[in-house]
Amino acid sequence: MSAPKRTALCDAHVAAGGKMVDFAGWYMPVNYGSQIVEHMAVRADAGMFDVSHMTIIDVGGSRAREFLQRLVANDVDRLDVWGALYGALLNERGGVIDDLIVYRTPAGYRCVVNASTRDKVLAWFEDQAIQGATFVEQSLSMIAVQGPNAVAKCDTVFAGMEAKIDRADGNEAKALAELKPFAALVTNNGWMIGRTGYTGEDGVEIMLPHAEVAVLYEKLLTAGVTPCGLGARDTLRLEAGLNLYGQDLDEETSPLASNIAWTIAWQPDHRDFVGRTAISAERGQCPQKLTGLIMREKGVLRHGQTVITSAGEGVITSGTFSPTMQCAIALVRIPKAAKGECQVDIRGKQKNATIVKPPFVRNGKIYV
Amino acid sequence: MSEAPSEIKYLATHEWARLEEDGSVTVGITDHAQDALGDVVYVELPEEDQDLSAGDEAGVVESVKAASDIYAPVSGTVIATNELLDDEPEKVNQDPYGDGWFFKVRPTDVGELDEMLDADAYIDVCEDEED
Repeated sequence: MSAPKRTALCDAHVAAGGKMVDFAGWYMPVNYGSQIVEHMAVRADAGMFDVSHMTIIDVGGSRAREFLQRLVANDVDRLDVWGALYGALLNERGGVIDDLIVYRTPAGYRCVVNASTRDKVLAWFEDQAIQGATFVEQSLSMIAVQGPNAVAKCDTVFAGMEAKIDRADGNEAKALAELKPFAALVTNNGWMIGRTGYTGEDGVEIMLPHAEVAVLYEKLLTAGVTPCGLGARDTLRLEAGLNLYGQDLDEETSPLASNIAWTIAWQPDHRDFVGRTAISAERGQCPQKLTGLIMREKGVLRHGQTVITSAGEGVITSGTFSPTMQCAIALVRIPKAAKGECQVDIRGKQKNATIVKPPFVRNGKIYV
Repeated sequence: MSEAPSEIKYLATHEWARLEEDGSVTVGITDHAQDALGDVVYVELPEEDQDLSAGDEAGVVESVKAASDIYAPVSGTVIATNELLDDEPEKVNQDPYGDGWFFKVRPTDVGELDEMLDADAYIDVCEDEED
């Protein structure tokens, strides 16, 4: 085992009291004291996450679009320059190699994939490489600033910095507040900012050189943005009904059984993306579904617990205690026909839970 | 470094036990344990009048992050459980040796306390874990 890698913000995390853990080979903060306080800061105000451990791969060349139209089950041809979409990389069997965000840039595409899947995704790109398409991993820092006040706080911070929005590069937005959801821009000093995130709140993700990230982080702190660890990131994404690769998505499971059928672009019919043949047989009739579960009884739902429904058994893929709802919630893979009440086996005891459609919480509101 | 008062005894599994003046033994989890678990959201306690043997599973503490079994440090009969934790499980984080106690037993053999770790030995256990 080699020592965990450190992001450019590692010292800042330790100085802020971050409880550091090894996550996917990175030395990262799981919390800075209370995960629940950090979670609520994002729902009610603004929090920031160091997501520099995530893998950034730029795809370029005259056949970049063709390369990604083959690899990504969503269709990158839907993107205008500075647009972004969420999608999945499938293997030939229709299992999910990874989930990712693809941004279209003037030069090509920027893919952001998980940290835990870095090596296999790069190997997959190598395996699928075509003449005329290049891919290069980028070494950048990335901060996600999330919450209802995230954009306003970022705008104040940028106003005092050199990060002016570069209109020459085709950006229409004059301020971050004008940036549309799932749109991105670049600043005159080369930072890329996307109105994206994985918390169910408004916010931005900022990609910038390692040497500049500590100053930005410090200014965001001064502006009242709460530092948040990976713990809060997990409870926020789960409340928002967003999948975590390795738990809710994996190579053995169809995206159609993982609540991301909406990311599969079946049109145009002739687009031959990897995995299409394997999953098309179950299109619209996948026997399983990934959906939500709420337990009002005391206790906490966890990954791996067995669920018994009227239509058969299933399994919890992600479970936690929801700080917003003050009860246990989970994503669960169960037979398609299952609905209503069910039972969860928690250490040998049967507890009652209710099947609901995620998201549980978005934009500060409870949806279930 | 987490706090480990010298007047109480410890298990390597991060429970503490304190002999009270009335002869009962109060049990909880340590400051180190609450810190490692993070925000505690639910505590499952033994039943009153339940007989426990030292080493028995006596409950479960659940944080946002993980579930962890609680073991009985000494043998005896459960005479009280901390009902405050039903509504305020965060007391385990805020005051692990005080309001965050879990349960009290009437011990069958107070001599079992002598087999537990003292504060210095327990601190060594925690430091080994952190290496």
